[in-house]
Amino acid sequence: MSTVETTVKAPANVKLPIYMDDHATTQMDPRVLGAMMPYFSGKFGNAASRNHSFGWEAEQAVEHAREQVAKLIGATAKEIIFTSGATESNNLAIKGIAEMYRERGNHIITQVTEHKAVLDACKRLEKYGYRVTYLPVKADGLIDIEDLKRAMDDKTILVSIMFANNEIGVIQPIAEIGKLCRERNIIFHTDAVQAVGKIPVDVNAMNIDCLSLTGHKIYGPKGCGALYVRRRNPRVQISAQIDGGGHERGMRSGTLNVPGIVGLGQACEIAGQEMAAEAERLGKLRDKLKSKLESNLDYVHVNGSMEHRLPANLNVSFVYVEGESLLMGINDVAVSSGSACTSASLEPSYVLKALGLGDDVAHSSIRFGLGRFNTEAEVDYVADKVIDVVQKLRELSPLYEMVKEGIDISKIEWQAH
Amino acid sequence: MAYSDKVIDHYNNPRNVGQLDKSQSEVGTGLVGAPECGDVMRLQIRVNPETQVIEEAKFKTFGCGSAIASSSLATEWVKGKTVSEAMQIKNTDIVKELALPPVKIHCSVLAEDAIRAAIGDWKKKNGVTETAEATASVAH
Repeated sequence: MSTVETTVKAPANVKLPIYMDDHATTQMDPRVLGAMMPYFSGKFGNAASRNHSFGWEAEQAVEHAREQVAKLIGATAKEIIFTSGATESNNLAIKGIAEMYRERGNHIITQVTEHKAVLDACKRLEKYGYRVTYLPVKADGLIDIEDLKRAMDDKTILVSIMFANNEIGVIQPIAEIGKLCRERNIIFHTDAVQAVGKIPVDVNAMNIDCLSLTGHKIYGPKGCGALYVRRRNPRVQISAQIDGGGHERGMRSGTLNVPGIVGLGQACEIAGQEMAAEAERLGKLRDKLKSKLESNLDYVHVNGSMEHRLPANLNVSFVYVEGESLLMGINDVAVSSGSACTSASLEPSYVLKALGLGDDVAHSSIRFGLGRFNTEAEVDYVADKVIDVVQKLRELSPLYEMVKEGIDISKIEWQAH
Repeated sequence: MAYSDKVIDHYNNPRNVGQLDKSQSEVGTGLVGAPECGDVMRLQIRVNPETQVIEEAKFKTFGCGSAIASSSLATEWVKGKTVSEAMQIKNTDIVKELALPPVKIHCSVLAEDAIRAAIGDWKKKNGVTETAEATASVAH
């Protein structure tokens, strides 16, 4: 009798389940939690309370965190606006700039593999009469700078291109985009959620005018993010999207989430100190995972550029094996799939489709996101387990059998249901 | 999403995995679904020409755990049934047996299609007409 149930056992030094989905969220660093704790109870003041020590204490903590966040991206503290996370930061940047610069123009440029927080904000603006260009990406996931040049016109007010992609980890040519935007006096916003704290980001060297980041991708808390808004050369203005008490220099009203902000600041400081060593360590582990998979399995397709990629990301398709069935076989390992079956919409990943991959390859994809707390023993175990389950599922796959027999499955007239 | 114990059992230990020689006249092959949709099922039956009883069934499936379980279950169910009895298997029976959630109903539909396609292929090969099959089913 055939069996899919894996016989690969975890060694004693590997604790199950293993988390390897760091593009979704990260485990909070205990050092971050330690910094936050006092601000939940004793130090509970409202940072906007100007006339007692509770307020001063909270304000001081917030301003310290503002410095910590700014330092990580080469900004100044006054350029950091705290938000509830990157979805809010992206909405605030895109809608706030569109509204503020409406008289200058109504054209926005973005690209197809952006996060939904960017794409859907742009779609809403289209309803209000803005024109949006969605640049395609090449097979490696990168935009073509020439496409961007061609898309720019005298009505273009904003370019919003993500720093690194959340599914395939591909890093866009941010400095080139920034230079181009600066030359043409167009505001450049980047959703840098996956890049900040993982690879060097410098808003001045890269001519970034606006940048979104969040705490929970960098071992900090959920529900707390920031938007960098350039104050000089040029000064960028943003129309507030939430009205109220005029916090955050009038750009984002609402009582500040002091413990969250303290955590975000601490997470940024640790990331700044440990980024170089961590990137090197995780890059080696990622490469080991990739080479183990590739040397033991055929038809392994890496999605997106390996050259321009976050060190801890690996997105691969195990062709002829459906992604969800693979996840089911490795159920003590937390990873993601671009398979339709794992999404509510029953559509495979739009990011993978944008690379020009067939839906069948998109259905077979697995995203590994390594992080600070993963070990080499875990990577070895995950690789062995994935290899075992893929081999077993391929014994079950009519497509793999046909391909092995030399049948061109693209020539078959499939009856889609 | 939590899978039912039966889905997990069929996934871990799929029944009747394999291939029959499709060039043989007593073998019917059904290949349904499409790689782009994330599900392809191949279900094959070997039919006794005298009794029209399905004596052997094999499958291979590219798809999610529920698709694998649905096709594995389908091979178990068709075995030992006559062709006309097997035609009576409904996707809703598979949904019930495996406790499939609404989002996985299409997996059961595909398994029913696979059974029908395999029987259809066998009939075509053996020149069995719909009328003859109707008579046969009356006889049982």
